[in-house]
Amino acid sequence: METSRRDFLKVATFGGAATTVFGFDLRPAYAQLRELKIARATETRSTCPYCSVSCGVIIYTLGDKAKNVTPQVIHVEGDPDHPINRGTLCPKGASLEQDILNDRRLLRPQVRRPGATDWQDISWDDALNETARWVKMTRDDTFVAKDAQGHTVNRCEGIAWTGGCTDTNEFNYLVVKTMRSLGVCYLENQARV
Amino acid sequence: MSQATLEIRRISGHAGSVPGAGLRREFEVCKLIDTTTCIGCKACEVACLEWNGLTFSETTFNNSYQTMPETQWNYWNLIKFNEHERDDGTLQLLMRKDQCMHCEEPGCLAACPADGAIVQYVNGIVDFQQDHCIGCGYCMTGCPFNIPKFSPTARKVFKCTLCVDRVTQGLEPACIKSCPTGCLHFGTKPEMKALAETRAAQLRQESGFAHAGVYDPAGIAGTHVIYVLHDATNPEAYGGLPNDPRIPWTVKLWKTPLKWIGNLAIVAGLVGVVGHYLRFGPKLPPEEEERP
Amino acid sequence: MTNGWIDIKNTDMMMIMGGNPAENHPCGFKWAIEAKRDRNAKLIVVDPRFTRTASTADLFLQIRAGTDIAFLGGLINYALENNRIAKEYLINYTNAPFLIQEGFKLPEDGLYSGFDEATKTYDKATWNYQPGGEVSGKVAEGDPLAAAAPPTLPPNVAYDLMLQHPRCVLQLLKKHYSRYTPEVVERITGIPRAQFLKAADLFTSVRKDGDLKKVATIIYAVGWTQHTFGTQIIRTAAMLQLLMGNIGRTGGGVNALRGHSNIQGATDMAGIFDNLPGYLKVPVPADSDLAAYLKRITPTSSKPGPWDSFNYWSNTPKFAVSFLKAMYGDAATKQNDFAFHYLPKIDRNYSWVEIWDNMYRGSIKGMLAFGMNGVMIGPDQQKNIDALKKADWLVVGEIYPDETSEFWRAPGITADEMKKINTTVYRLPCAGFAEKDGSMTNSARWLQWKNAAVPPPGEARLDQDIVAQIFLRVRDLYRKEGGKFPDPILNLTWPYIDPEHPALSDLAKEINGKAVADITDPATKQTIRAGQQLPGFAFLRDDGSTSCGNWIYSGCWTEAGPQLARRGTEDPSGLGIYPNWAWSWPANRRVLYNRASCDPAGKPWDPDRRQIWWDEDSHKWIGNDVPDFKPDSNPKDHMGPFIMNPEGVGRIFGPLAAFADGPFPEYYEPIESPIANPLHPNQSSNPVVKKFNTPMDKYGTIEQGFTVVCTTYRLTEHYHYWTKNNPMNVQLIPEPFIEIPVELADEMGIRGAQKIKVTSARGTYIAKAFVTRRIKPMTIDGKKVYQIGLPIHQGFRGIQEDAEKDARTPANLLTPTVYDPNAYTPEFKGFLVKVEKA
Repeated sequence: METSRRDFLKVATFGGAATTVFGFDLRPAYAQLRELKIARATETRSTCPYCSVSCGVIIYTLGDKAKNVTPQVIHVEGDPDHPINRGTLCPKGASLEQDILNDRRLLRPQVRRPGATDWQDISWDDALNETARWVKMTRDDTFVAKDAQGHTVNRCEGIAWTGGCTDTNEFNYLVVKTMRSLGVCYLENQARV
Repeated sequence: MSQATLEIRRISGHAGSVPGAGLRREFEVCKLIDTTTCIGCKACEVACLEWNGLTFSETTFNNSYQTMPETQWNYWNLIKFNEHERDDGTLQLLMRKDQCMHCEEPGCLAACPADGAIVQYVNGIVDFQQDHCIGCGYCMTGCPFNIPKFSPTARKVFKCTLCVDRVTQGLEPACIKSCPTGCLHFGTKPEMKALAETRAAQLRQESGFAHAGVYDPAGIAGTHVIYVLHDATNPEAYGGLPNDPRIPWTVKLWKTPLKWIGNLAIVAGLVGVVGHYLRFGPKLPPEEEERP
Repeated sequence: MTNGWIDIKNTDMMMIMGGNPAENHPCGFKWAIEAKRDRNAKLIVVDPRFTRTASTADLFLQIRAGTDIAFLGGLINYALENNRIAKEYLINYTNAPFLIQEGFKLPEDGLYSGFDEATKTYDKATWNYQPGGEVSGKVAEGDPLAAAAPPTLPPNVAYDLMLQHPRCVLQLLKKHYSRYTPEVVERITGIPRAQFLKAADLFTSVRKDGDLKKVATIIYAVGWTQHTFGTQIIRTAAMLQLLMGNIGRTGGGVNALRGHSNIQGATDMAGIFDNLPGYLKVPVPADSDLAAYLKRITPTSSKPGPWDSFNYWSNTPKFAVSFLKAMYGDAATKQNDFAFHYLPKIDRNYSWVEIWDNMYRGSIKGMLAFGMNGVMIGPDQQKNIDALKKADWLVVGEIYPDETSEFWRAPGITADEMKKINTTVYRLPCAGFAEKDGSMTNSARWLQWKNAAVPPPGEARLDQDIVAQIFLRVRDLYRKEGGKFPDPILNLTWPYIDPEHPALSDLAKEINGKAVADITDPATKQTIRAGQQLPGFAFLRDDGSTSCGNWIYSGCWTEAGPQLARRGTEDPSGLGIYPNWAWSWPANRRVLYNRASCDPAGKPWDPDRRQIWWDEDSHKWIGNDVPDFKPDSNPKDHMGPFIMNPEGVGRIFGPLAAFADGPFPEYYEPIESPIANPLHPNQSSNPVVKKFNTPMDKYGTIEQGFTVVCTTYRLTEHYHYWTKNNPMNVQLIPEPFIEIPVELADEMGIRGAQKIKVTSARGTYIAKAFVTRRIKPMTIDGKKVYQIGLPIHQGFRGIQEDAEKDARTPANLLTPTVYDPNAYTPEFKGFLVKVEKA
């Protein structure tokens, strides 16, 4: 059945009249407007840091990268272009927003001195200088240039490096460069365990 | 396209016609949940919480991967876990994503007395409009799936919106997008129905599930969320999915015959008033008034 | 992975064992589901628990933790007995026809030939091929050479194409695994004979009647690696796949899921003690100079005379010299052996467990731990904490407060005790993943570049900046004050525009490699000018004219730009190869050993799933993937498809030093086991495994009351020790639990969600019981044995831990300090405990 505009107006008028007569609430019953929260957010393509599937994720941040905006993460969602995850995410990946915006994040360098029962704040400069001093002292104390048979070994026996599962390839390479050059042999990573 | 122009099919607590009805073409959407490929990962739960910005719940471990018994006002999407032993002694871990079913004939909407608090769009989505909600909770009694939940802080009722904000912008709901195995699928109702039937047939023919089938209950004229079940004869095994859900008779009785009896009584009252006026004229104040 | 995540969709048969991808790799697992949905592929899951992966399986078998070799050995036996093998593949692509030296002995008593009781090691001289030529008379060719010196493989191997010689690899294999009958499998694994046979029949059904069209894949994770015989479990699977002709093929392979976003990259980049980038072996003290080092680590081909072997590792000198050039630049010259002696020489095991043992013994004074929560990771937390107490200093780079940086206030340490702990601990706030760019390598070997979305919060700094800033300060100290052998520190290349903030893109380019001088490729005449990025590792030189940080990554960032950042979504073959998405090592190949996807004549085994093929017209290998092969090697030359092996073929027999504990995998019990090994009770566990002997190192027995088999694992709701800081994940699983069988709970009078206590020889773990039917009691060698399992996610710092809502007892209080002799991975699965009411 086709309804002409005229018919519609008639029906609407009658309906309106009827509701008026019946004394019901006359507010227009429109749906509430809900906007898409990421409509104009900035999209950054990234990779989920958790498992080895390496799902593509899109990090949505507040603002359009204009000078006067400090970007804030407002949403993380799967990257539909990524051939493996095709936009999907697991419960860890889907909760990444809460990993980035997390009030448990460490924000300042800290030191725990020998015998101390708590942390104290330390400046970056002091932390780095003290660390460098420890590294040099330990290396010089534990360096072995030749083994018992007289073979050149050039190794530092007193320092260990343990690297994490989310370190990028480039960071790992930087670690290999620096640690091997220091003579570090105890060089291990989550990859082992 | 903004959601305000979405065509509305039904409005709760609303007499007479639906404003703007029949103006635009719209296809019916549907969420397909294939429980046979659900891995219970809860990505859909997190995606729902994240997208909708819902607050965190205090949960406890209670001998299940499922850490709350049912959906909550701020937890709209919950996977129900059930260990189930089949007749041949093999074990099944049945996992079913529970959320609003977006019924074709929504019990919540039928039960709701507040004008515009619950609407059904022509695309099938049943949406709560919290600013019109009066917090009476009648929708909760009207729902055969125990979905709408009352928030004591907001004093309103909440449930899954099928991400109507995303759908109106041409995006799939958040849960659908996240689902790693594709056990969730989104599209038009006819297409999802066909996909579900194909999968059920495959399960019957290839995987030895003789009773595999599709759950799209007729008692509420079908739903816009449908399931593929390994055993469609026993939906109760999937965390109490009702075998034959219907709108409770109390809601039907109250909202249809009783409502019209009430309306007739009002009309009769009005007619009486008008008749009285015509016959007796206005009631005038007594001419002489006692003055103190 | 030999193949890749998407490739799983192309399979006909999946066996998932020692892994739980539905929970730990859900988005990768979609491709397994896709294979089921689109190809009616079958899925067999073998696991100690009925996991969420098992819930989607066509067949699930509950196995006793740690008995996988018995099960897989049984499958090999079944495949051989029932002729479910790929004979043509076996003869041409594996060392099945090779003859093994006389004097090699199979381990009927649990020991191979050459075992030395005193050192608990093998003299592997007899684990070698016999030199010579064809012995059956089928193809009389090849001249008998004088026997090569034992430690090297003979260049001209004796072989029998009829596979009948009693000392040919196939006959030895048959003899070895004939002991793994269904009855023995049942006694060891607890899988009833009938169920085992059902699984064996189903899995090998792809080779029914010798048909090679169908293909099966095997998928695993740390459920296989975390044992004192982990490498050998994986090897058994690889052997089975070779036997059935499933390696190198679309939808096939042996696929390691790997558990973290970039441990593949960390392994490739040699974040581990025994490698240099690109799987170059570390120098040892006996490598007196570069030539000696290169001679030791460069293999020479070992094959049947008439066959060809590419032996790609023969290019090792090019890779090694280019690496040294990347490290030391102009300071690496031909005259100084390219600064070879700048590298430390290693002659013992410096692996993870040894670090903590040596620190406990006092030899390690300081540790840098970046993104690595060592107190939680690795066995025996108490030993790790006590080790750190003895260190002078610890530098932790982290994004959350973790257990390692707070070892000095672990539960149970009083304020008085804290005052006696003299370790100085620095905790440096690092950047999270969204704050850094850089590339990570997934388990399908794809390098993918990511972009930074936000700056690090507060004073947090980028990890690479912190390491650079520490290193540059150390270098300054050496420059100013001198010290022990400062040369490698002073001469390390540091060509970064802002030295204190090295750009990861610059590092990526350095890894890819560049020409140091103009070089011309002899084949293509293509010239690369000095300073230009190299197109790939084929251009590397051993004369110092190229530099390359990691040869297998060469090609990732060329003159054409960052290949690892490519985002092409086209997939012309429909096989999920996506050749233009990101970049896959080596040389953008997606399926390794893909030459084996074709028959010896170069035609695909299955024309519907073609990876590559020989093109007669162009006389080249072409296809949907980059050939993992010499591109112009005519099939008539019979070059072996396994180009990284000196044999050119797949190793069913692992000769010489390939494995520490035997050329064929033999079943051994875990270090803590409820029974003596039914195969050889007097040699129950792996003979070459080292037990540690500090007072912390305790190993339990059933006689001490530790009768329950325990395994550890992850849940889908959490990621390792990380998401205990994320409220979203914490609400999904808020507290630790212990999964125990209903029958055990009934025996103990325990109900679900009641607190229980699990004790091993090392420590105690307290959590709620998860009483379930998903773990059933087992019958092991006639005895009733219970298995339990516990997730590893909780520690003593986290949202719930800080609120004291759980017992703050990490799972690694229980696990033993002992590791696999090949990969040095600790045995986190299948140890003994007792279970009590808490």
